[in-house]
Amino acid sequence: MKQKTMTVQSVRRLNHTMAEMKLSGLGDAVIHPGTFVNIQIPGYFLRRPISVCAADGDILTLVFRIVGKGTEYLSAMHAGETLDVLTELGNGYDMKKAGDRPLLIGGGAGIPPMYALAERLLKEEKRVTVILGFNGKDEMFYTEEFERLGAKVIVTTVDGSAGIRGFVTDALPSDCTYFYACGPAPMEKALYRLLDIPGEFSLEERMGCGFGACMGCSMETRNGPRRICRDGPVFAKEELLWED
Amino acid sequence: MGRLSTELCGIPLENPVIPASGTFGFGYEFAEYYDINRLGSLSFKGTTLNPRFGNPTPRIAECTGGMLNAVGLQNPGARAVLEEELPKLKKVFSKPIMANVSGFSVSDYVETVRILEAEKQIGWYEINISCPNVHGGGMSFGTDPSAAFEVISSVRQVTDRPVIAKLSPNVTDIVSIARACEKAGADGISLINTLLGMRIDLRTRKPILANTTGGLSGPAVFPVALRMVYQVHKAVRIPIVGMGGISTAEDVIEMMMAGASAVEVGAANLIDPYASLRIIEDLPRVMERYGIEKLSDIIGVTEQEKM
Repeated sequence: MKQKTMTVQSVRRLNHTMAEMKLSGLGDAVIHPGTFVNIQIPGYFLRRPISVCAADGDILTLVFRIVGKGTEYLSAMHAGETLDVLTELGNGYDMKKAGDRPLLIGGGAGIPPMYALAERLLKEEKRVTVILGFNGKDEMFYTEEFERLGAKVIVTTVDGSAGIRGFVTDALPSDCTYFYACGPAPMEKALYRLLDIPGEFSLEERMGCGFGACMGCSMETRNGPRRICRDGPVFAKEELLWED
Repeated sequence: MGRLSTELCGIPLENPVIPASGTFGFGYEFAEYYDINRLGSLSFKGTTLNPRFGNPTPRIAECTGGMLNAVGLQNPGARAVLEEELPKLKKVFSKPIMANVSGFSVSDYVETVRILEAEKQIGWYEINISCPNVHGGGMSFGTDPSAAFEVISSVRQVTDRPVIAKLSPNVTDIVSIARACEKAGADGISLINTLLGMRIDLRTRKPILANTTGGLSGPAVFPVALRMVYQVHKAVRIPIVGMGGISTAEDVIEMMMAGASAVEVGAANLIDPYASLRIIEDLPRVMERYGIEKLSDIIGVTEQEKM
């Protein structure tokens, strides 16, 4: 964990629910795909944990859903304003396990962490397939960004307004070596049942501290109680107790 | 001894700042961020006789000026604390440790203390008779003077180390509980635990917390805590550890003026892992501003000033 004062470079709305924020000031922070940052927002007591979408030199990119007043505040910030940010939180994805043909699956607000992961895996010359699941065309974002990276991109929409009609589970390819998934709990649990390749899930929970002190985000696993913020947010499939 | 030094139940403290139980784990993880020997002491995660997972999630909700938690005493149990957690803490912390103990029956408390007695570095037992997030224990001992008396006097019989009773603010008369603890042989009183609260999610119309209710902490509770420390200080002769929303050096000084010999910092650690250290570093400058030479000079000074 490193505490940084970061400066807003840009904020833009990607659609009616998602926003993208670029911040400078990473300094010596090393950003690993699947980790998150925890942001102090003026006027609010608890920090807001947000997964890392991309990191390039000194610049951190966050893409987040505007769900409440805290994220609304972030989405209305201007270039030059500063934020107190705890970086390098959580474990991140285990990229060593990817194999030659990793499958990345993101659903809605769970898509952003897949971007940094795809970027890194493509640099390692893996054949990366990305499934991006949305409710409808009006909620789509970042599909072109993923294509520009050079990943094979499959889009699904629940209402059929773009890509394959249905859920990410309706578009699963059969020739992948390992999966990484992040999205709403029903999506992750469906993937847990359907995928027969090994892989890992990124989880979400209301957090107190975000660095393991308060036990606010604990979960029972096959290896006993684990803190989603500190022992996760990424957990291997076999650690999870999602049978029922 | 320095300007920040104080004393708690006969044990000297280099400074009065102690991270509060439940906001600092077993301490060693914070040693990755700074030298935790800079702290006065630390109160470790509430320990029960048997391992506990605690309550279902969500366990955390936010509110103006603070937060609600309903963790429900998640801990690995007394034996694992003694054999696995404390050895890790002792590698990075060399001062007397405050052992926070909770239970669901008098014998739970007694047995837990008996197990922890094997650890020589424990300086104090902080007996939590005030957890609002578990049923059939915890707070039920701290809301009735005779039940509080029974727990504290029973623990008193199995250790020679100082016993500090941690009180709940969710009572009509905090003074009667504090007096019962003093009479039972407590060497000190710590207060306040969290205030029982609740939030509702407007979209689902359901409570945000899976436990429905949770304990309120953070700056919002500071005036309540201060008032209770002040009232208890007037009523008992044993030292007081004041806590509840402390987040600045000014808050520490105010709490000590109300009657606290030492303080605990809780929720502030969760939003800033460096909070306890920052408060210690700020103290000399703030003491200067208010003409305080030694912190030990101001304990309970407000009551004397009034007379």
